[in-house]
Amino acid sequence: MQIEIDEIAKEFGTATALHAVSLSIPSGALIALLGPSGSGKSTLLRILGGLEFPTSGRVLFDGEDATGLSVQNRRAGFVFQHYALFRHMTVFENIAYGLRARPRPTRPTNAEIERRVNRLLDLIQLPDIGKRYPSQLSGGQRQRVALARALAIEPRMLLLDEPFGALDARVRKELRQGLRDIHDTTGLTTVFVTHDQDEAMELADLVVVMSMGRIEQVGKPAEIRAKPKTQFVREFISA
Amino acid sequence: MTTTIKTSHLRPRSFRSATEEPAWMRYTLIITVLIVLSVLLFAPLIAVFAEALEDGLVMAIESLGNRNAREAIKLTLTIAAIAVPANAAFGIAAAWAITKFDWRGKAFVITLIDLPFSVSPVVAGLCLVLLFGANSLLGGWLVAHGYPVIFAVPGIVLATMFITFPFVARELIPVMTEQGRSEEEAALTLGASGWRTFFTVTLPNIRWALLYGILLCNARAMGEFGAVAVVSGKIRGQTATMPIMIEMLYNEYLSVAAFSMAALLAVLALVTLLLKSALEWRYADQLAAAHRH
Repeated sequence: MQIEIDEIAKEFGTATALHAVSLSIPSGALIALLGPSGSGKSTLLRILGGLEFPTSGRVLFDGEDATGLSVQNRRAGFVFQHYALFRHMTVFENIAYGLRARPRPTRPTNAEIERRVNRLLDLIQLPDIGKRYPSQLSGGQRQRVALARALAIEPRMLLLDEPFGALDARVRKELRQGLRDIHDTTGLTTVFVTHDQDEAMELADLVVVMSMGRIEQVGKPAEIRAKPKTQFVREFISA
Repeated sequence: MTTTIKTSHLRPRSFRSATEEPAWMRYTLIITVLIVLSVLLFAPLIAVFAEALEDGLVMAIESLGNRNAREAIKLTLTIAAIAVPANAAFGIAAAWAITKFDWRGKAFVITLIDLPFSVSPVVAGLCLVLLFGANSLLGGWLVAHGYPVIFAVPGIVLATMFITFPFVARELIPVMTEQGRSEEEAALTLGASGWRTFFTVTLPNIRWALLYGILLCNARAMGEFGAVAVVSGKIRGQTATMPIMIEMLYNEYLSVAAFSMAALLAVLALVTLLLKSALEWRYADQLAAAHRH
């Protein structure tokens, strides 16, 4: 799905989180929103997911205005930094949650839900953990379950908020490749937020560098490395 | 030949964790706590039961059997049955609004929730009399239309609800703050409606705190004296609750009757505490799982 961000601005009270930013995300791309904390990258992601609403501007999905679309109707697979798994449910029930929440006419049968959850557990390479609780999993496993849960709703796009931020370096590297593979298999338009420039450069097709609520530069990793457009980008990527 | 490798020298005998105190201090502290607990909490409880059973179990039960006593018990249970569910609902709503959204005046509302804890119950009762008494505008109108509040059951319910308002909210707010909003946000992005999110994600996550808050609220609702005494008018068989009945009986030197009623009230409170312990024991693994997260 193609995503068009048209002059999106966001204010929280008197603080401005985003100054009218525009960005076009091609269908099927893997995009990184890169920037330090407070740069507005998470706010932009949450606006895409329908968790925040912009003060002004529009969001278009495949050319259709989706600015006022409710979070439930966006069908965005959202992955949170601290996993946000439902702690009182098994891994199986976590992944099945979105399917069970569907209105009756479109809800799959129990057998179908089971089939889909098992297929997702295979996809994240954790086929045997369905009966466990989130507290019994490692950080990396939890994040993979969170990804499977987001994929279960057959999302139109995948949005990840600092997905590997809470993990140690070795697991981060593994999961990066995992996310790349899942993106390539599903072909979903994917946007992830990160403050780690290595992660952005290594993983993304297109990197959006942000600072102070503005987009500083958009480009392929190699372009940004070779020709940083502003002083900020130069300093940030060499840090 | 076997070789024993002595490892004891690697570990000094006085090895202990930084937070562990020497043995004499630990035992002194434990014994002090036990003595204080027995003198302040356990002994009075025993004394109540001893007084109640002074003339035997039959006399104690008989004293609870007369009409006024039965009405008092019924009234107390009725009031708890109204005030506790109402405050559970209000408490959840207040905690939800405070922890899940940002809005102006939130800090003020948090202070307001604590008001019943800081205001003397007698003052709370007097406020209700001023508002709803027959001489006030609102109270006069209500009395004229046949709905008296003061010296009647509605007043007692209001007073009890005022006093027990903070219990549920106070238990829930820290738990809900700690859990944050991300699980609810996750449920919403997965397509769940607000109500579904509340019943399948929020409520299961707060159920222990909620249960504890409800039990505390219930114990206090049944035991509230000060505020209720002001608004009830102490009419026997009509507006006298168990605590008020206990005071009246005691003032009339009917010590067996007074202490029997007191023992029954204590038993009701103990039952709720036992219920809580039983549930904690039954679901110990779930509780541990929730806390490890």
